[in-house]
Formats: sequence, C-alpha cells, structure tokens
Amino acid sequence: MSDTASTATPAGGTPKVMKIEEAVIRIAGNSQDGIQAIGGFLARLAGRSEQEVMTFMTIPSTISGGPSIFQVRIGSGEVLSAGDEADMLLCFYQHSYEGHISSLKLGGVVLYDADHVTPKPEWQELYRHVGVHISGLTVEAVGGTGRDKGKNIFALGLLAKIFDLNVERLTKLIEERFGGKDPTVVQNALTCFNGGYNHSLEGLLKTYQFQPGDKKGRHQVVMNGNEALAYGLIAAGVRFGAGYPITPWSDIMELLRRELPKYGGSFIQCEDEIASISMALGASYGGRVAVTGSSGPGISLKTEALGWGVMAEVPLVIVDVQRGGPSTGMPTNVEQSDLNIACFGGHGDSPRVVLAPSSVEDAFYTAIEAVNIARKYSTPVIILTDQAIATRIEAFEEPDLEKVCQDISPDFTPVTDFKPYDLSVSDGVTRHIAPGTRVASGKYPIVTGLEHDELGHPTGSPKLHVQMTNKRRNKLRKLAWDFPKVKTYGPNEGQILLVGWGSSLGPIHEAVDRARALGEAVSGLHIKYLNPLPNGLEEVFRGFRHIFVVELNDEGLYGFGQLATLLRARYCDPRIRGINKSDGLTWKVKEILDRARTLASHKE
Amino acid sequence: MSEIAIPFAPLPRTGAIATPAEPLPVIPDTERKGLTKKEVAADHPTWCPGCGDFSVLALYFKLIEKRKMVHEKITTVAGIGCSSRFPYFVQAHGVHFIHGRALPFASGVSLSRPDLHVFVFGGDGDAFSIGGNHFSHTARKNIKMTYCVMDNWVYGLTKKQTSPTSPLGFKSKTDGWGAVDYPINPMKQAIAAGATFVARTTHTNPNHVLQMMEAAMDHDGFSFIECLSECVEFYEGAFDASNPRKGGVFNTVPAEHDVTDEMAAYKLADEPFPGRFGIFYKNSKPTKNTKEQEIISAHQAKVKGLKDWEILKKNFDRMK
Repeated sequence: MSDTASTATPAGGTPKVMKIEEAVIRIAGNSQDGIQAIGGFLARLAGRSEQEVMTFMTIPSTISGGPSIFQVRIGSGEVLSAGDEADMLLCFYQHSYEGHISSLKLGGVVLYDADHVTPKPEWQELYRHVGVHISGLTVEAVGGTGRDKGKNIFALGLLAKIFDLNVERLTKLIEERFGGKDPTVVQNALTCFNGGYNHSLEGLLKTYQFQPGDKKGRHQVVMNGNEALAYGLIAAGVRFGAGYPITPWSDIMELLRRELPKYGGSFIQCEDEIASISMALGASYGGRVAVTGSSGPGISLKTEALGWGVMAEVPLVIVDVQRGGPSTGMPTNVEQSDLNIACFGGHGDSPRVVLAPSSVEDAFYTAIEAVNIARKYSTPVIILTDQAIATRIEAFEEPDLEKVCQDISPDFTPVTDFKPYDLSVSDGVTRHIAPGTRVASGKYPIVTGLEHDELGHPTGSPKLHVQMTNKRRNKLRKLAWDFPKVKTYGPNEGQILLVGWGSSLGPIHEAVDRARALGEAVSGLHIKYLNPLPNGLEEVFRGFRHIFVVELNDEGLYGFGQLATLLRARYCDPRIRGINKSDGLTWKVKEILDRARTLASHKE
Repeated sequence: MSEIAIPFAPLPRTGAIATPAEPLPVIPDTERKGLTKKEVAADHPTWCPGCGDFSVLALYFKLIEKRKMVHEKITTVAGIGCSSRFPYFVQAHGVHFIHGRALPFASGVSLSRPDLHVFVFGGDGDAFSIGGNHFSHTARKNIKMTYCVMDNWVYGLTKKQTSPTSPLGFKSKTDGWGAVDYPINPMKQAIAAGATFVARTTHTNPNHVLQMMEAAMDHDGFSFIECLSECVEFYEGAFDASNPRKGGVFNTVPAEHDVTDEMAAYKLADEPFPGRFGIFYKNSKPTKNTKEQEIISAHQAKVKGLKDWEILKKNFDRMK
C-alpha cells in the first residue's frame, strides 16, 4: 500500500485512517469457498468507483476444489499488473496461510480465519496478524445451520470495513448478484456481509481509504479477458462459431452460445476440434467470417484445416487461449508457448496472420481487428491470447458500442465474372465471394485445398504453384505495411529494450517505469502483430545496446524463446537475447528487472 | 490504455472483384429456365474410363436440370478421394475440403445458409474411416443436407488399399493375403447413428439413382445415400451380383416395408450382398437447422426493436 497521507485520530481505540493510492489483496482458500466471488465484487466495485483494477487468479484443474487464490490490485492511478507482493493476505485455511505468506510484503496484514488457522510465532514478528473466527461467526450470523457457506461474503464485509469501501455500492452489487427467485439468498448474503462489516477488529491499528480515482470520460466496464474477446467478436459482426470444450477456451464458447441467438446467430458445440474448425470454415465460406477456438491440444488438432483456410483463402478467426503445454500440460496455468504453432503450425508453406492482445480491453478490440483482417485479406487470423488474460478481471473504459459495432453480412450482388485466385492483382489480395452470388459468365469458383489455377481448378503446373505460393505470401507482406508504426514505451534510445508480447505488456511497462525512476535507461517494445511482424523493428533495435525478449516460454534447445528465435531469424542481430520462464505464472516486475540487469552485465 | 486504434475500418460491402458497371438484372428463380447439362458441366472428370462415379455425376446433372435449380444456389462439398473430385466437374459454387471433414464443413454452410442446396459427395474412406466420427454426429444432429457416398469397397486414389467397407478376404496392397478386418455396413451405421433418411442404390441403375437423389433432396434433414460405384481399376466386378446385366439381381425394398420402422430397416440392412435397394428408413424429426432457428427466434423476441449495438450495451451495462 503506498501511503500518501495519514490522518491521525485521537488515541483511545479508534483505528487511524490512512489514505492509500493502491492495495494488493490476496485471498487464499479452496476453490469451492467462493473466493473468486470476493475478488469479483472488489473488482467491480473498483470499476464503479473509477479506480483501476487488475486481478490474477489460479484455480485447480479439478472439479470439486483444491487450493485456489484470487489476487486483486486496486489503484487510484494506472494499474499495469496484478502486483508482485500483497499488502494483505486473507486466508481461510492453514495451507492457504502457509502457502501464501511468502507473497506478502514484510509488515503486511494477515487476516485469517481463526477457526482454521493457527498463526506461527516466528511470522507474527514479521507480519501483522489479525484473527477473526470467520467460519464460526458466519454460521452464527446466518442462523446456525451449521454450514459456513457465506463466509466469503462475511470476509468481504471485513475487507469493506478495513478499506472503508463504499457499502452502498457493495450492497447493490450483492443484491444484483444474488437477487433471484429465492429472496432468502439475498437476505443471507447481506446478513453475512453486515456481520463482517460490523465485526469489531480489535487487533487492527488502522484502516485504509483509497484516494479518489481520476474521473474517466466514459463509464468503466469490468470483465475478464475471455468475456471481452467474446463480446469483441459480437461487436465485429461474427454471428457463427463452432467449438469443443477445453480449458480455458470454454468460457468463450459458452458466452457465444448464450449470446449469439439474440443477434440472429448461433454457436455450435461440435463432436471434436477438427469438426469445429471445419464447421466454422464452412460458415465463413457461406459469406460471413466465423470463429472457432481452443487451447493447448485442441490447437494442434486444428492445424490441418487451418492450412486449408490458408490455401483456399477463406477468412476465419481462430482463438487460441494459451495454457501450459505440451500435451495436456498445465490446463489452468499461463504460458506463451504457442507462438510457434500459431505462426508456423501445419505442413507446407502456409502463411497466416497472428495477433496477440495485451490486456482485457485490448482483447475486445483485437477481436474486431482480427475479423477485419480476415475479411480484407481472405485469410485465417489467429488471436493468440492466454490464460492470464482470459481469467483476469480488469476495469476499462466502456467502448463506444454504436461506433465499433459493425455489420458484416454477406453481399450477394451478382458479378459479371469472378476468379477466386486472380493472379493479376499485384499485391495478391483477392476476395472471397459467397455461394448464392450469381456469376453472369457462368463460370463458378471452386474453393480448394489442392494447388489450383485462378478459378480454383486443380493444377500440377510448377509455374502456377510458384505463382500461387507467392500470392499467398505477398498478401501478408502487404498487410505488414498496413500495420500501425511500432512505438517504444519510454524513449527510443537507451541501454536496455524489453521486448514483449501478449499479457506481459503490463509487467514490462511497470518494469520500465520502475527502472526509469531509478535512472536506468530501459524502454519497452510491445509487439502485437506477430505474423507478419510489423516493419521498422530494426530501427527501434538500433537505439539500444541490449534487446531482451521477455517471454513466458522455454529458452529452448538453442537458448532463445519463441519470439526471440523469430526476431533473430529475421534480423540476424546477436544483441537479441531472451528472458524466459516456464513456471506457469505471470511475470513479476521484480523478476523481469533482476533478470534484465543480470543479463546486461553478462557478455553477449 | 484507452486510445486503442482500430487500423482496419469495416469494409464496404461490395465483395467481388469484377462488379458489373450496370447492376445485373434480378431474375426470380421461378422464371429461370432449368440448366442444361452443358451449363452445369465443368472440368472433364479425371476418373478412369468405366468408373461408376460418371453415372452419379450424370444423374446429379439430371437432378439439377429436372428440379430447375439455379447455379448459385447449388453448393457441392467434398472431402478427399476419387469421388471427392466431384465439385470440380460441376459448374456451381463448390468446395474441395480436407480428407474426412466434408460433413462438418457442409454443416457450417447448411446452418448459416438455409437458402442453399447443400450436397456432399465422397467415398467410403472419407465417410467411414477418417470421417467416421463426423458421420455419426452429423446424422444424429439431423443437419439438413444430402450426403451421397460412392462406395467402391476400396481406396482408389491411393491405388488399392483396404477400405473400411472392403469385404473379408479382399486382396489389396495393404492386405496381400486378403482383408482380415470385418467391414462396416454403411446402412446399419447410418440407421444406428440416427440418420433420418437412409437409402441404398447402385450406379448401374440410373433411374433408381435419380429417384433416390430426388427423395433425398426433398427430405428435410440429413439424407444419406449409399451408392455402390464400381472401381473398374482396383475392384472390378465387385458389385456384379447386384447387376442383372452381369447375371446378378437388383432387389428393391419390399413394397410392404415400413420405412419408419427402425428395426425393420436394420433387418433389411442385414441381408447378405447384394441385399436390397431403395429407401430403408425415413423419419421426420425436427432438424438442427430448425431447432437453432427456434432458439434464435425466442431470443430475438426478447430484444425486439433493438439494434445490435443496443443489445450489446445492455450486457455492458450489467458489467459496470
């Protein structure tokens, strides 16, 4: 908690109130305790209070429980990551206490359930311990059914007291969340909340109050990355999708299945991963860009059909919510190890487009961008998001929906003549026309995975194979020129350039800020367009002594992560080196800085 | 992070390259003449002379002509195999997809474009081996389309390997001593999977093929035809027992057979080769297309009068 001012209160028991700019709260328990719900409430409250918020969570990949955490960082200023160290640890069990104490800042507050946690004397010297009989008091508050269901809401009440949160807004959020058929549910929740809020916290010496956030121009919306991506696809005009359940992609298909019918669309759950990409390609061929997606092994299964999309030049959006691999790997952890399969997966020369969103907000806009690239360039586009973005909750400015929502319904205006693979177009960009379109010449296009002539009929001609391969490549080279100019975060010259992609943007930018504050010449470069790479990177690299590519993947056999390898292959620049890790967790700012400083002090 | 640019503005809705200067006249489908064979024939087929697939193609042309279908509303989809070359030979919108996955592709077309006639052509390997999973699921979901499997009991394009329908003892390049795996019975499989139209025909009886195609096309749901189609190169004479001109017998489904009786259909399918020809099973069940449309209608009724962005706005308002 960064304190700015403290208001002294008269001695005599009333805790002091301290103004803070931000706080990192880690909630640890078991997954069935509803700790995600506490985090969700805090995040949404922050969003409604014009504060920035970022969350981080882990859930076990088992169905009925296991240790789980939710970390929420709320700030009055810009919040870029979920925070390296927690200011407060709320723990429900001994294992949550022992397992997460190390994530707490020295001198931080441990708020524990005294019914389940026995504090350790040696830790009591290092951290402020506040014990509350959360389970017992919850049972008491609700009326003694003997079950402690609702203890998460009781704990939320405690936090509301400690952080002087807006009770009126929280009450409203609780009513919205639990309001339904059975009125006793809301009543019980509010009883729990009030029980916690009114509980006297004797062990605590001070409470905290957030500085008011900056007034934003538009309202803030609060959601996780999977939701933002799915709503982005709807805004983009996507009305058909097909998929197969797999963690952490499933939320997207569930949301689209639920929402698309309102817009006249549907999302189909298929028998397998291959069927789902095939069905989505079928619908895209039908005239309107469709979506499929998956995670981990599901992406491997889709690569053959993806290659068909490249060859046949049919637009499609494929979402890859990356998780720990290979094989079944770590389904509920984050990793950026699908860059290679996204850019190169499949047989043959099959160039396709890969974009990676960097935040929850960016996921929304990236979806729209992906759809438009797919249409304009008649090509499959992969959105390479990851588990960290998928599950974290952020507050961001509500998009101007009237402006961003687009109509991409197919156009069946008859044409005089049409060649799906017209070679006379110099940049190789041809467009797909949907079945149902009359071609007055009577020559109809065949869309095919066999090497073909301009009308889509098979050919074994070496010359045509060369020409068509060039066409498929050149249109993506053209696309690279359409990308916005790359910009560094911080000055465009210095000692160290930290290059990142995807969800690492926040921690990298925070690392840059922290290093700059200490006078170190560190800048950041975020690459959103991964295939094709944007032009002009070499000019950015020229301004720095060291170029470190920060990635959540392994350094591989030759010492470089997947993006670092790609950049080295393209620029042959030996200054490009990697900062990698494969622990399945997001970057801590400190990790990045420590590694960058060490690497910079070593010879290239 | 609020200033996120969208460099790709929405495209104008003109999708094609050679758009006529003057808009082409709109001719109502009812006033258009049936297409002639010349107008629907595209590339000359690459099949070997004498291949049974020629007959299926000729009858598909006949179907298009007889039913006065218009070019642009026909969508022919195929996977991989000799028979799957089909779309190249038809002058209409066509798709040559990957091996075994023609059905899910066609499902995507059918579900998103109810105005099109979706026909899928393929072979026994495509349907029952690599695409076996899709066959069962497309059948059970009852997605509207016509699927004609040209069954030749052998892999032809890859030159004589055992197929899932090759009978026991068939000598192929992968079973020089004769096939040892029990073959699939396509009819039984289709019935068991829940297909709502299951018919069997053979390329040597053109009138019957056309009859089955018409009935399949008129069926509202997933209609499946197994059409025996001889591979003269790698399995000559396979179906002679079903061809009266070669001394065989062409037995149609008995007149008293109840096509809605699943067990009776299964029994018919169990008869030894040459078995029966005709419609084994036919049942009227709501299609996936209809069910999805019902879901859409129910949901759209709740947001009636709202523009798309206003529907989305309602969701976003709840996330504040």
